Amino acid sequence: MEVRKGSSQDPNSAKYKLNQIAAKAYSDAQAAKERGEKVGWCASNFPVELPETLGIPVCYPENQAAGIAARGQGEKLCSIAEDEGYSNDICAYARISLAYAKIKDEPAQNMPMPDFMLCCNNICSCMTKWYENLSKELGIPLIMIDIPFNPDNEVSRDEIEYVKAQFLDAVRQLEEITGKKWSDERFREVMANSCRTSRAWLEATALAAARPSPFNGFDLLNHMAVMVTARGKPEAAEAMELLAKEYRENIENGESTFRAEEKYRIMFEGIACWPWLRVTSTGLKSRGINMVSTIYADAFGFIYDDFDGMIEAYCKVPNAINLETARDKRIRLCNAIGVDGLLVHTNRSCKLWSGFMPEMSRQIGEACDIPVVSFDGDQADPRNFSEAQYDTRVQGLTEIMESRKAGA
Amino acid sequence: MLTLGIDIGSTTAKCAVLEDGREFRALTLRDSGVGTDGPQAAFEDALTELGMSRGDIDCVCATGYGRAMWKDADLRASELTCHCLGGVFVFPGLRTLIDVGGQDAKVISIDVGGNMAEFVMNDKCAAGTGRFLDVMAALLHRTVDSFAEAAARSKSPASISNTCTVFAESEVISQLAAGAAVEDVIAGICRSVATRVGSLARRLDVKAPVCMSGGVAKNAAVRAALSEYLHVPVLYDERAQLFGAMGAAIYAAGRRSKE
Repeated sequence: MEVRKGSSQDPNSAKYKLNQIAAKAYSDAQAAKERGEKVGWCASNFPVELPETLGIPVCYPENQAAGIAARGQGEKLCSIAEDEGYSNDICAYARISLAYAKIKDEPAQNMPMPDFMLCCNNICSCMTKWYENLSKELGIPLIMIDIPFNPDNEVSRDEIEYVKAQFLDAVRQLEEITGKKWSDERFREVMANSCRTSRAWLEATALAAARPSPFNGFDLLNHMAVMVTARGKPEAAEAMELLAKEYRENIENGESTFRAEEKYRIMFEGIACWPWLRVTSTGLKSRGINMVSTIYADAFGFIYDDFDGMIEAYCKVPNAINLETARDKRIRLCNAIGVDGLLVHTNRSCKLWSGFMPEMSRQIGEACDIPVVSFDGDQADPRNFSEAQYDTRVQGLTEIMESRKAGA
Repeated sequence: MLTLGIDIGSTTAKCAVLEDGREFRALTLRDSGVGTDGPQAAFEDALTELGMSRGDIDCVCATGYGRAMWKDADLRASELTCHCLGGVFVFPGLRTLIDVGGQDAKVISIDVGGNMAEFVMNDKCAAGTGRFLDVMAALLHRTVDSFAEAAARSKSPASISNTCTVFAESEVISQLAAGAAVEDVIAGICRSVATRVGSLARRLDVKAPVCMSGGVAKNAAVRAALSEYLHVPVLYDERAQLFGAMGAAIYAAGRRSKE
């Protein structure tokens, strides 16, 4: 069988390499555990540069939960957590992770059990209790970094000092737990890798400005796994640079991984609806709608020059900044890439994100003069989504975009 | 040119036949929707009323939750667009349409040109929909159609939750057990639906004229409570439940005339 160039089966393609890196993050952690090394579970917006510099293997429960949900096992694990007494109102990633910690085996995505927990509350408020519970139930240490929600437009020196003290203390605790030692030289290497990966990633995502976009935006949701789990590794930087190169070539050749005519371009807001990824993707593609932009992807591009710069970058992640700053980031993206509409995933799991979206999306719609439509769903619990409701909303959005184009 | 719109909803099926995009020649309704013989019956009723066959119809447009299942459709459009078109046909200059059907509620903002500008819909919950009224009617051993007349006799509407149908059901039982008058409980139920839908509407900029469509629009008590909640008159037409089918026929006529 001939392998299509650029496909996930082509070993020279970015897609293949990125899939391999994402899978290797789990197998490396498992191998380390089997060698007797200490392994951590880490929040997605925790400064990965710290364990990476120390050479400490970590796994990402959010990434694992997304994988489990995408492979159809979300409801099973959510139910196990609910049987333990956790409310179905709390985050489905949390429920899946808490359930996994109990059953310790889920073929949809296994990962080694942790010796310590690394939590950072800049992305999520539920996570603090989720990680605390795991720490208590498993009897392992929890390193908690508090990055306060920032009502101001800039990150103050005081905030940097406050977070810096915690980063340094986290390094000290990690050294104590694992016996490994911090190296400034190694940190500079990791920082360089992380920034190189992020630059390539942000360049690749920005190429969606071309018409048609050189890629289907749903590709980004898959490639993001590497940004979450391996952005400090040189192989991740190389694969992301290859991805950007492939997208540039697609533009030159008039090609795209979006396998339909690109009639409309939208921004997608919120975490993917992983249990219904195919349904949500097909509902758009069948109508010629390409999801060309999402703040969720850009959230994992970290660019900085030194230790303080790294702290500032982690203080500016999308869920830690005020509504106006977060809104303006999205407006810039919408305008730079050029979109005809905004589709908002009202995600039952994420009260923080979904809570501010009705007002923020209203303001974005006004500022960019685009229609805004939302649908109910969940990042990992399939029970919180209705295919018929999604289809009607997407069709309604399509009809508004069609009517606007006809009247333009 | 004859165009036919068929609106296949969760609890009813409706058909409308339009001549030359201007005059409705037939309007039919059956009280059974998706997955039943209701849609076929409503379709045949319309053709029988006109003494015509399918071959006489130039274009069929299906809408509603069952639109994908109607194999004989030339076109399909969302019930959002269709209710908007039907509402604007009946009330020219309409700016806001509130449609409450068997299982969903939608609020549509309409621009000055009569096009759908934006919309909001209910989430995965029966509160604030026709189903809520059906459940309450069954609980009270009454028909939904009798609610408006009963609510009109209420002197002190009871407070009924609009958060959850099941919670509201137990509240109704508690209110009756505590001696509340049935008409006060019914008025409370109608207000509960109206405030839930009204709250949805307030997410958009509600501009007058406002009209209501869908099966629940027939309930004068809900309309009155909605008008009070939104501080605007809520227009009503006897064909309100058929706006989706009418809009589908208008949509088909518009498409055919462009070809």
